[in-house]
Amino acid sequence: MELIDSATRAQTAMDEALGSEKMIINMGPQHPSTHGVLRVVLELDGEEVVNVWPDIGYLHRGDEKIAENMTYTQFIPYTDRLDYLAPLANNVTYAYAVEKLLGMDVPPRCKYIRVICAELARISSHLLGLGSFAMDIGAMTVFLYLFRERETIYDMAECISGARFTTSYTRIGGLARDLTPEFIPMLRRFLKEFPATVNETDKLLTRNRIFCERTRGIGVLTKADAIDLGVTGPCLRGSGVDWDIRKSHPYSSYEDFDFEVPVGTVGDSYDRYLCRMEEMRQSVRILQQAVDNLPDGPVNSPDAKILLPDKEAVLTKMEELIHHFINVTEGINAPPGEIYFSAENPKGELGFFIVSKGGGTPHRLKIRAPSFVNLQALPVMARGHMMSDMVTILASIDFVMGECDR
Amino acid sequence: MTAEAAIDRLKAQFSNAISAPVEFRGEFSITVPREKIAAICQFLKTECDFDMLTDLSGVDNYGEDPRYEVDYILYSLEHRCRLRLKVPVSEEDMIVDSVTSVWGTANWHEREAFDMFGIRFRNHPNLKRIIMWEGYPYHPLRKDFPLAGLPAELPETAVNADTVRSAPMLGGPFVAASGTRSSIRREPRQYDTMAEQEEKQTHPTKKESV
Repeated sequence: MELIDSATRAQTAMDEALGSEKMIINMGPQHPSTHGVLRVVLELDGEEVVNVWPDIGYLHRGDEKIAENMTYTQFIPYTDRLDYLAPLANNVTYAYAVEKLLGMDVPPRCKYIRVICAELARISSHLLGLGSFAMDIGAMTVFLYLFRERETIYDMAECISGARFTTSYTRIGGLARDLTPEFIPMLRRFLKEFPATVNETDKLLTRNRIFCERTRGIGVLTKADAIDLGVTGPCLRGSGVDWDIRKSHPYSSYEDFDFEVPVGTVGDSYDRYLCRMEEMRQSVRILQQAVDNLPDGPVNSPDAKILLPDKEAVLTKMEELIHHFINVTEGINAPPGEIYFSAENPKGELGFFIVSKGGGTPHRLKIRAPSFVNLQALPVMARGHMMSDMVTILASIDFVMGECDR
Repeated sequence: MTAEAAIDRLKAQFSNAISAPVEFRGEFSITVPREKIAAICQFLKTECDFDMLTDLSGVDNYGEDPRYEVDYILYSLEHRCRLRLKVPVSEEDMIVDSVTSVWGTANWHEREAFDMFGIRFRNHPNLKRIIMWEGYPYHPLRKDFPLAGLPAELPETAVNADTVRSAPMLGGPFVAASGTRSSIRREPRQYDTMAEQEEKQTHPTKKESV
C-alpha cells in the first residue's frame, strides 16, 4: 500500500515538473519521412504537436539566378531538376511558358505528345507519392508494387527522350524528337496493364483498417484555409475546391479530352490520397484518348528563327546556317514583355513568371513552385495532432524539395 | 467579372492612384503606388473576388529608377481570371506594406522577396530569410550580385566538433574491462529491478534465481 502511494506521489511530482514544459524537437533535414532535405522544428506537449516551423532552403541551387544568365533553350535541362519526380511535366510547362512569351503556337501532334508526357509524369509522380505515403505509415508492399509500374514509365521516358530521369524532352516550339516507333505499343501495353495495379493498390489501402485509422481526420485543411494559403493541386482538390488548370484554363489541347476532376469532401490526408488515386485513373483515360487520336504531321513549329534547323540544311544552306548560329550563340529573340503561364503539374500549379527586356535571355524568371506554396500549409494541418501523424501529413502533402528550394 | 471589369471598379474606387492597364498576350497588369497596395489588395479580394494570391515576385530593374518592383499575381477562383499588380520600389526606401493580412500565402512569398532582393515588408509577422541562412549578408537575385556568388561565413551550428563529446568508453554497461565480472554478470538484466529488490526485502526467505 505504501509502495503504491509513493509511486503515485512520484508520478504526480513528475507531472508537475514536466507538465508545463514544451519540448522542441528537430525533424530532418536528413529524415526518411521528410522526403528530401526538409527540416521541421516541432514544439511538442507530450506527444501532441503544438506548433510546427518548416525550415527550407537546404536544396537551393539558385535556379532563378542561373536562368537570368542563359538562353531560354539552355534552361530546359534545369527544369528537369525542379520537380525531379515529374521532369517531363516540367519540360512541358516551361516550353509553353516561353512559347506564350514568343506568342507562337505548336502543331497539334506536338500538343498531343506533350499531353502524353504530362500525364505519364503525373502517374509517375503519384505512384511515388502514394508508395512512399503507404510505406511511411507501414505498408511496405504497396511501395514495391507501385515502383514496378514506375519502372515501366522510366523505360518509356527513355524510349522517347533517351534519358530515364533527366529527360529535357521539349524544345521551345516543339520537341527534341518525334516519338520512336516502339513507343506507342509500349504505351498501349502499359495502359492495358496499369489499371490492374491501381485496383490492387485500391484493395490494399482504401478499406484497410490501419490505413484509414492513420489517415482519416488527420491533417485536415479546410476549404477556406486552402484558398487563403494558395494551396493547389491534389491538396486543394482534397479540400473540396473543384479547380484544375487543365479544365479551367485548358492548354496543350486539354479541351479535346474527356476526363473528370476528383474532389474531396473533408480535406484530410485520406481525401488527398483518394484524389491522387482517382487522378491516376483519369490520367489513364487521357492517355488512352491521346494515343487513339494522335494526329499525324510535324512535331515542330516551322519557324526557323526559333527551332534549330535540320543538320543537313545547316551544312548546305546559307540561311539555315545563319539561323543556327544566331540561335545557338544569342538564343531566341523574345519580345519585351511579361507573361505568367501555369499548368497543372502533379504537385499543383507550376507557374513561370517571365520578364523579358528583349533578346535571348530572360530578365527575370520566377518559378512558382507548387511544393513551396503547399508546404506553407503544414503548420495549419499539423497543429493538435500526434507526433507520429506528422509522417502522415508530410507524405500526404507530397512535396519535392527540388522545386521548393529551387 | 473579367480582369478589365475589375480594373474599372478599381479605377472608380482609387481614381488616379492606379495606372492605365497594360495588356500583353491576353494578360492585364496595372501599376499601383506603394502606399496603397494593401488597401487595393483588400479591395480586390473582398469586392472583386480575387481570393487567391498565386505568386508574389520581386524584380530588379538595375539601372532604372525606381530600381525594384514587386509583382503580385492575383487569381479569382469564381471568375477564373488573373490580374497582375506591379508596385515600384525605389532603392532609397525599400519598404512595401505586407499583404499577409489579406492572403496568408503572402507570408512565405514576401519572405522570399526579402531574402532574394532585400525588399522589406511592413507589418509582416515574421520577416526572416527563408532560403538563404540567417545571417547571410547578401541578396543574391539582385543584378549586381555575381552569378558565381560571393564568399560568406557559414553560420554557427548547434552541433560541431567543439560541442560534441565522445561517449565514455570505460564504466559504461557494455564496455569490457580486464579483471572485472564476466559479461554474463555485467548484463544489466542480471541486476534486480527496484520492484524485485523490494520483493526480496519483504520476503527474505525466497531464493535468488541466479
